[in-house]
Order: sequence, then structure tokens, then C-alpha cells
Amino acid sequence: MTDTTNGAPRTAPIQSATFSNPVNAEIRRAAATGIYDIRGGGAKRKLPHFDDLLFLGASISRYPLEGYREKCGTSVTLGTRFAKNPIELDIPITIAGMSFGALSGGAKEALGRGATLAGTSTTTGDGGMTNEERGHSNKLVYQYLPSRYGMNPDDLRRADAIEIVVGQGAKPGGGGMLLGQKISDRVAEMRNLPKGIDQRSACRHPDWTGPDDLEIKILELREITGWKVPIYIKVGGARPYFDTTLAVKAGADVVVLDGMQGGTAATQDVFIENVGQPILACIREAVRALQDLGLHREVQLVVSGGIRTGADVAKAMAMGADAVAIGTAALIALGDNDPKWEADYNALGTTAGAYDDWHEGKDPAGITTQDPELMKRFDPIEGGRRLNNYLRVMTLEAQTIARACGKSHLHNLEPEDLCALTLEAAAMAKIPLAGTDWYPGKPGTSY
Amino acid sequence: MQTLDLAAIELREMNATLHSQAETTNQTAWEIVNPKGAHAIACGIDAPIEVTVKGSTGYYCAGMNKQATINIKGSAGPGVAENMMSGKVVIEGDASQYAGATGHGGLLVIKGNASSRCGISMKGIDIVVHGNIGHMSAFMAQSGNLVVCGDAGEALGDSLYEARLFVRGSVKSLGADCIEKEMRPEHLAILADLLEQADADAEPEEFKRYGSARQLYTFKIDNAY
Repeated sequence: MTDTTNGAPRTAPIQSATFSNPVNAEIRRAAATGIYDIRGGGAKRKLPHFDDLLFLGASISRYPLEGYREKCGTSVTLGTRFAKNPIELDIPITIAGMSFGALSGGAKEALGRGATLAGTSTTTGDGGMTNEERGHSNKLVYQYLPSRYGMNPDDLRRADAIEIVVGQGAKPGGGGMLLGQKISDRVAEMRNLPKGIDQRSACRHPDWTGPDDLEIKILELREITGWKVPIYIKVGGARPYFDTTLAVKAGADVVVLDGMQGGTAATQDVFIENVGQPILACIREAVRALQDLGLHREVQLVVSGGIRTGADVAKAMAMGADAVAIGTAALIALGDNDPKWEADYNALGTTAGAYDDWHEGKDPAGITTQDPELMKRFDPIEGGRRLNNYLRVMTLEAQTIARACGKSHLHNLEPEDLCALTLEAAAMAKIPLAGTDWYPGKPGTSY
Repeated sequence: MQTLDLAAIELREMNATLHSQAETTNQTAWEIVNPKGAHAIACGIDAPIEVTVKGSTGYYCAGMNKQATINIKGSAGPGVAENMMSGKVVIEGDASQYAGATGHGGLLVIKGNASSRCGISMKGIDIVVHGNIGHMSAFMAQSGNLVVCGDAGEALGDSLYEARLFVRGSVKSLGADCIEKEMRPEHLAILADLLEQADADAEPEEFKRYGSARQLYTFKIDNAY
């Protein structure tokens, strides 16, 4: 831009990187309302992620496998430590816990349908188990949460595994809030609360206060379920070494580690964007904890938080995970934030791809809502078909990469198959920077 | 009377035996001896049987009970009758913290005192404590009745939903959004019935009722503190 008033050139207007348009918009919103922003959807800021790692395909020093012809196994067994009936999955990609209440019944049904078609498990959430969900999920993990909404021994015994949720990647240390707009008659009945009022999920469990208590709580759950099903412990990615160590000490069969890119139905934006660590920084520390205990692979590690592609799956497994879980990606596969609803998203003041006010119950896609009219827009059978397709694509992608690295099973991927593109990723993932054999913090170096 | 001796059998065998009792069992009277503070005693029962534990228990005794009547002839550790669905649990002595936590139904009677967090997040259970209860009791309690014949500790009923709290003695302090409420005839009737079921020597008119002010029911900035 040129100032023509006196003919002298002027500096073009520069938008402040600190006071960017989104930041300024939030300041204006806060100034107008006096309350922080609540939303769902997980972290939106750019974080070090799997994109910052690359695979080293085979040439001479490694011998590749033929794509589409030579077998590359994908099966995984979870819960081999204590449970009589470990969970056997065809693929190492599971569906993360998302609650009935936050999601519509049709969406939960679609998750069950899609996961079952793909040979994997799905997970309940804060709100209890529905018959539809149990009926459509061949393998169903029952979450045991601080709120204990809908918790009962019958559903515990109907589950294929129990996941004790201690933390969530989007909000380690935080509780939940299902605002009254989404409390239908059925949701209210399942949660023993009046219809239409906000329902809080506590940030801590009501009847145990530390790892020693947790060990005894696990004993009780095992006694109630006859020691049949695996006990998972889910932690938010904050202090992965110590939290994994304590989860294992308490008796976990499986540790679920959720990084800060993980989703949430609703919590404070400031929490989502500022608490926790990227999953990239958490995996190797959790694996180190398991290795130090001599239990890597005996206690399985499931990681989640921003998993999107088969490459992400393969990288997580190369870093030592046994399986991954997807939440937000599964919702997108079902059809959330689909451009075909653009006009409806615009009417809500947003755009397809950015809609995150899931707590308001107005989701045009009929997925994160309890509104009967909006729910009619969503077809659970079609949703299940789409999720199955997506899971199969991710699996094929991961297999393709694994074969190129010479691996006959996804579990044979290893850190040596990776290099890092950035110093940050190299340090967090403990993977050598591309073209070097070094990463920041490598033992034996002075850095 | 069937006797299960925890000095002779493992916890797993004891619980598996109780779990195998059907609705129609004629083995309705059971006795557990030598509990010696073991955890998870008689948890997960789902049959109309009567179990007497002869001694004190560790954590989570009678957890998630359905239908059964469980008598503890001693004191109970943390989390007794947690998430109980139905039936009755009677403790002759004291109860540690989290007694009746998240319970959905049934009746829990504590003839001694209860520690902190009694009835935390209760969801329909009725709890009668003959003695006192500790701090933070009935935190986020959703529904059901908590009757305290003695005194209550600090922060009673913090962030309460629709549970009713009846206290005969003093209350050290009320938690956020918990207020004293009018005792109407229907409340006196509920109380009289619970006191009778719990074999408690108290009159309903001696109690005060506490409940939610319902100011935290809708999230708004005025509720921040």
C-alpha cells in the first residue's frame, strides 16, 4: 500500500503475529461476554507431530517386502497380563471413548458398526453403556470414569474390557461438562440427573485418591467381573513416564496414553491449547517406563491424540505402541464437519472444518447432538460403512509403509525405521535427526 | 448357614461362590469368617441372600451390591457399598472414607461413625449414619437420602444436585450451593421410614434438611469463585 497524500512511500500494514486476528477476536469475545470460551474438538494450534518424522525405507541394508503380495500382519492382542479373556483385534486401530450424550445414539451405533466391520473395538464414554452400542460392537470397552454416570455391575460384566479413565489428553487434570442443552430425557435418566441442567464430570475419582488406592480398586473390579476382562488405565499425556509406571504398578493390563491433540466434547479453550504434551513427546517416555519395568509388550500401550493416517499409526507403533485409538478422526469419517452442510455451519457462524461448539447440541451433521430433527440427518448404517472404509485405508497405508521397511507385521516396526525432520521432533521422539545419528538429549552426548 | 473361611480359601473362591448364587437359591444365609481386613469382600453379589461378615473389612466391601443383605460385624474400610444398586448393607462399627460412594440404590446403615466423603456422588442410594460423618460428604450427590443422626463435618453437600441431606446434630460448614431447606411433611415421612429401617433411635422432628440451592445448575459467570 502506498500513501499518496504527499507522494512518499509508506510501510505496508503488518498484522501482529502476537495479536493475530484469531487472538484479537477472542479478546473481543471475552470482553463482551465475561466468560472463557468452551468448545470441543481438541487442540488447533500447530504442535510437533508425526508429520515431523519420516520412515527410512529399505534399500540394501534392509530388505523390503513386496507390496500386496507378501503378508504384513496387523492383529493385536490387548490385555495379556492378568485377564482370562484378552481382547483380540484384527487391526491395531481402536475407537476411543466418546459418550452417549455428547454423541447421538445414531453416531454411537455407527461407531460400533464400523469398528465391528473392521475387526476392532469401540469404547463407551461418560454416560454409560447403551443397548444399541453393545449390540453393534463386537468388542466393547466400558469406561469407568470419575462421574460414574450409568455405572452398574451388569454393564461391567457385559463389557469386553474396562478402561479406568484417570486423564484425557485434551484436559489432563480437568473434568467434563455436558451442558443442559444436550440433556434429553434419555440422557437424564441414564445419568440420574434432572433433564436440562448442566452435568459435571468430576476431575478426580470419588472413591480412591492415589495409586495405592487404585490398585485396590482394580482388585474390586476384577473380583466383580471374575478376572475375565482386561483392565485398561487411560492417562492424559502430561508426565508419561511416571503415570505409566504407576498405572502398571496399580495393575493395568493396558495403558492408554492420550496426547494433547486428543479431542474432547467440551472444555475450556485455554485448557485445550495450554495443558498437556503432544503425543509425540509422550510415547517414548511411556515405552521407557514399560521397558524399565521389564513389561514392554506384556502390558500393552495404546496411544491416541491426533491420529489421522496409516502413517501416523505406523509411526506410533515404530515408537513402541501396540495399538492406537482414534476419536476426532472417526467423527470426521462419519461425516462431521462435512462441506455438504456448509450453509448450516455458516448459519452457526462458522464453516465446515472449523465447527467445534459441540456442547451446544446444534451439530448440522446430527453427530454431536441430541436434537431429534438433526439426528435424522445421520444414517448409522452409512456412517458405519464409511468408518469401516476409513479404518481399512489406514491399515493398508500402515502395511504399505511397514513392508517398505521390511516388516512382516506392524509390530515389527522399530525406532530405527524412523528419522526426524526437525530438532524438536528429534528431541521429543528420541529419533535421530535426518542425516545424522544424533538427537538432542541422546545419552553420551554433551547436548 | 454356609460358612466361608478366608483363612482357608482365597478371596477369589469366596466371591466366585457368592456370585454363583442364583435368584432361586435356597442357600440364603452365608457367613464369612476371618476377614481380617481383606479388600473386596462380598463385592458384586446379585442374589437375594444374607451375608454376615464376622469382623472388620478392608476397601470396597459389598461394592456394587444387588439384592443381597450384607451385615458387617465390625468396621468397614474405604468405599464400603460403593456404587450399590439395591439390597442392604449394615455396618455395626465405623466406616472409613467414601462409604456408599456413587450408590444407585439400596440402603446403607452405619451404626458407628463415617469418615470423609460419605455418600460422595450418590445417585439414589439411601444412607443412614447413627453417628457422625466427616468432611466433604455428599459432594456432587445427585439423588437419594443421606441421614446423619450425629454431626456433619466441613463442606457438607458441596456442589449438590438433587440428593436430600438430613442432619440431627451440627454441621461444621455447608459446601458450595448447599443450603438448609424447609422440612415438609413428605420429608418427615421419608425420614421416619429410613430411621425405622435403620433401627435408629431418633425422631424425624429433630433433624434439619439440606439441599441444593440450584444456583450451579446452569453454567454462568456468576457462579465462578
